[in-house]
Amino acid sequence: MLTDNTIENIKKALTKYPNKQSAAMDALRIVQEEAGYLTEDALLQVADMLDMPPPELNEVATFYTMYNKKPVGKHHIQVCTNVSCSLLGSEHIVEFLSRRLGIKKGETTLDKKFTLSEVECLGSCGTAPMMQINDDYYENLTDGKIEEILKGLK
Amino acid sequence: MEPILLKNINTPDSHKVDVYLKNNGYQALASALKMQPDGVIQMVKDSGLRGRGGAGFSTGLKWSFIPKDPTIPKYLCCNADEGEPGTFKDRVIIEKDPHQLIEGMIITCYAIGAKTAYIYIRGEFAFGTKRLEQAIKEAYEKGYLGKNILGSNFDCDIHIHRGFGAYICGEETALLESIEGLRGRPRIKPPFPAIAGLYAKPTVINNVETLSCISHIVNKGPKWFSSIGPEKSPGPKLFGVSGHVNKPGMYELPMGTTAREIIYNHAGGIRNGKKLKAFIPGGVSAPMLVEKDLDTPMDFDSLAAKGTMLGSGGIIVMDETACIVKVAMRTMAFFRHESCGKCTPCREGIDWTYKVLHRLEKGEGKEGDVELLEKLCGNIFGRTFCPLGDGAVMALRGALKNFRDEFVEHVKNKGCIV
Repeated sequence: MLTDNTIENIKKALTKYPNKQSAAMDALRIVQEEAGYLTEDALLQVADMLDMPPPELNEVATFYTMYNKKPVGKHHIQVCTNVSCSLLGSEHIVEFLSRRLGIKKGETTLDKKFTLSEVECLGSCGTAPMMQINDDYYENLTDGKIEEILKGLK
Repeated sequence: MEPILLKNINTPDSHKVDVYLKNNGYQALASALKMQPDGVIQMVKDSGLRGRGGAGFSTGLKWSFIPKDPTIPKYLCCNADEGEPGTFKDRVIIEKDPHQLIEGMIITCYAIGAKTAYIYIRGEFAFGTKRLEQAIKEAYEKGYLGKNILGSNFDCDIHIHRGFGAYICGEETALLESIEGLRGRPRIKPPFPAIAGLYAKPTVINNVETLSCISHIVNKGPKWFSSIGPEKSPGPKLFGVSGHVNKPGMYELPMGTTAREIIYNHAGGIRNGKKLKAFIPGGVSAPMLVEKDLDTPMDFDSLAAKGTMLGSGGIIVMDETACIVKVAMRTMAFFRHESCGKCTPCREGIDWTYKVLHRLEKGEGKEGDVELLEKLCGNIFGRTFCPLGDGAVMALRGALKNFRDEFVEHVKNKGCIV
């Protein structure tokens, strides 16, 4: 079930556009911000709010990579491995995190605290290598710096 | 050159409206609102400003294609989907000087007769989104947005639309689809967005850096702007340098500054005393260049004459330790991931090139693989709806053209010898 807060925020998003469907991306993001990922049930409810056929909303949910279709850890670690980061050792960063957390990329730790993902360019090439954890960017990474960052995450 | 677009970024609280106002902020808007909209368009035409998103089309000319009929709603979309690997310029403006962008957008709306504008910002830029939301709120409070702006009878609203992880939405028609709540799939052109864009209404789509130039053109005049850099692509340009250099970062320099000056004088040269092997001049889609090309002026026309492009101005520098096959493989992995899947040559062709590159890199390359890559390129290029497939091919061809021997060596030596 969508919460009252989620419904309220989706209604606010609707005011930005001349039609309801345009609020689809905002609505899915709002659901995800609150619930962590998108369930089939939530998709049906959002589709209903936006007068969209559910398969069409599902197309949106599956096309854009930032929508989580399954639960992710409390801290979603996303390491950029595109060219600039790769030149400066992003493969090592992924391996280091993988060893440190005991998971492969794409996996979540058993305590549901960390998910490790490899992602495309995050627009932070001048400060490579870098990663994003939830909304925050961490740049100019070294092993020592990663240790400090992980220590700071509860 | 004194910084223009980046002049405020080191001022404390540069993102706040009060600081922006102290630095003559919103004066260009006041001046523009006293002019006729056509006068503003003419001014931007005269300045010679060309789109900083990569295509380099005349901004004033683009604006002039918008029909003048006041009964038709029109839209402005700011492309802040910055996703071309190697590019990190728009993020600096968004986070450090959002009012510079907003002022440019309001002036643009006035010039083209739009009352509604959307900023399409990539989803990963959560901090930038917060900065923009705050700046837009401040602009409403000060009366630069909303109804009857500065007593001019002109109304304007700006909304933020967040992308959510799709490189293709930086392509202007895919961006429009995305705002309309659809998958980001490019549309066939014509009709061009100036005639049938967002909600099938006349629409201008401009990049963040392009729109950020507008207030300066209005304040200092088109002659001042066109006096900076080469005659045919004038103005200041943000060059982001990444990779194997001593001082990676963002440098604002006149358009047409040579790659040598940017890499060696500004970015501190190659790290650890190594030699330059190759550089990508404008994001990974731009074919790579080598040492003999260092004196090429970094502008639209000079780079096009070299068979590459200025693109976003994101320069990726590689020293002699870089394996070009690996760079090509990573680049094609990116395009393979980002292909929207609509056109078969792009969807299947890029995947195939990736698989061949992957086996070369793993030391499992076969005789004829290099020729196969070249053949695949020919079967993708020019056969797709949008420029994504072309961009992928251009990148791969650039690597093959300059470093064909390295690809052949990978086959012969069963792997990399760099």
